[in-house]
Amino acid sequence: MKISKIRAAVTKALDPAASVWFTEARQQIAADRAALARLFPAVGRKCGRGQLWTDDPELIGWTIDDAVRALLLVGASIEDVTAVYNYGDAAERRAVLRALPLLELGDAAVPLVLDALRTNDTRLIAAALGPYAAEHLPADAWRQAVLKCVFLGIPLAWVSDLERRKDDELVRMMRAFAEERIAAGRPVPPDVLMIVPDLRGEEG
Amino acid sequence: MRIFDPHIHMTSRTTTDYEQMYDAGVRALVEPAFWLGQPRTSVGSFVDYFDSLLGWEPFRAAQFGIAHHCAIALNPKEANDPRCVEVLDLLPRYLAKDRVVAVGEVGYDSMTPEEDYAFARQLELAVQHELPVLVHTPHRDKAAGTKRTLDVVRESTLPPERVLVDHLNEVTVGLVIDSGCWMAFSIYPDTKMDPDRMVRILSEFGTDRMLVNSAADWGKSDPLRTRLTGDAMLAAGFTEADVDKVLWQNPIDFYGQSDRLDVSEVDREPTALFEGNSVLRGARE
Repeated sequence: MKISKIRAAVTKALDPAASVWFTEARQQIAADRAALARLFPAVGRKCGRGQLWTDDPELIGWTIDDAVRALLLVGASIEDVTAVYNYGDAAERRAVLRALPLLELGDAAVPLVLDALRTNDTRLIAAALGPYAAEHLPADAWRQAVLKCVFLGIPLAWVSDLERRKDDELVRMMRAFAEERIAAGRPVPPDVLMIVPDLRGEEG
Repeated sequence: MRIFDPHIHMTSRTTTDYEQMYDAGVRALVEPAFWLGQPRTSVGSFVDYFDSLLGWEPFRAAQFGIAHHCAIALNPKEANDPRCVEVLDLLPRYLAKDRVVAVGEVGYDSMTPEEDYAFARQLELAVQHELPVLVHTPHRDKAAGTKRTLDVVRESTLPPERVLVDHLNEVTVGLVIDSGCWMAFSIYPDTKMDPDRMVRILSEFGTDRMLVNSAADWGKSDPLRTRLTGDAMLAAGFTEADVDKVLWQNPIDFYGQSDRLDVSEVDREPTALFEGNSVLRGARE
């Protein structure tokens, strides 16, 4: 995920008034970090919430406010990022989660990902399972999160690096979940087949 | 009939209520911050509550085709508790949010000096954040509380058209009608107001600046009383345009003063939202 791609997409997306607001917002934050608390919530109103148009597959599903918020966070400390997340509404939290791979925070932001994964808000869970989680989330938490996606109907296509990170334990958990559904006479979500491809025969 | 419930506490309601409200015509609502029945003991308890009004509740409402907005405040009851008052310092963080369309509920419960302080300070916050205000009037000694409310509003720098005075009845509506403030009525199964009494008030005082809400919460209350009031209006000879004005346009005009009201998605089909992922959702089908 490249900051330059996001910057280019944002430049194309903002109208002149939003562009001026964004430039001034960056200057105010550079002069005084505390301004982030006031400016971060206003991004949707000032810059728009439409789809971000880009040819970068890693940015599919991002909105304009996500991208602007991500750029406002570049260079922020883990303390600032955590405060913005903790006081954020759902849109702000989604933006923080999406921005994590850009922020060079190491493992320090894992608690934010775990917080989002404890919710039942599908927008936050999907945003939490991006490239940062693929890189930094411990295996147990990552497997539980993938299983939770299937429970809540979140497409597994949204989980970054699923192929690389999936392991025998996840296959076992997913197969057990499918068997439980089959025993109950309930449908098995089709995404389970992405993890357990040989299930179709058993189900039929 | 399309309905905007301008005051309802969905935190206390079930998803079945959301379904029945949608079927009755409810497409938008405002959930003002209030107490929970059990007194809070710390500021952290408010933080979790505000997070819920800005996170989980709008998400839940959207799944049932209803646009959820909220009002944020320290409520009058807990304004008397020193353990809770510090939340006033945190309010600016929440009054900056997209879906916060008013400061509320503020006002009087027991008319104490502590309530005076919290009320006046939150009217100032409304001016600073360019938000309208939802004012609760007390259940005990209501007429005196309503007069005192109007005095405090007059002493503030807030224009009356940015103030909604709530829980009015036959006795108190006459106090507010000439103030320039908006007027709201809570339609309850037993107490406060009922649909037929509401229709008589609308017949006498007109439909300008008039709002009807269910104020439904964890008590004996009913989220569908707004619809029953609309039906009672029609039965009494009001036109569909009158009903739309009271149950839809007036709430839009009042809360629209925040410039943060977004009802652009209310005619879309209720669906679990995966915001902005139409591309992937399409690929998956």
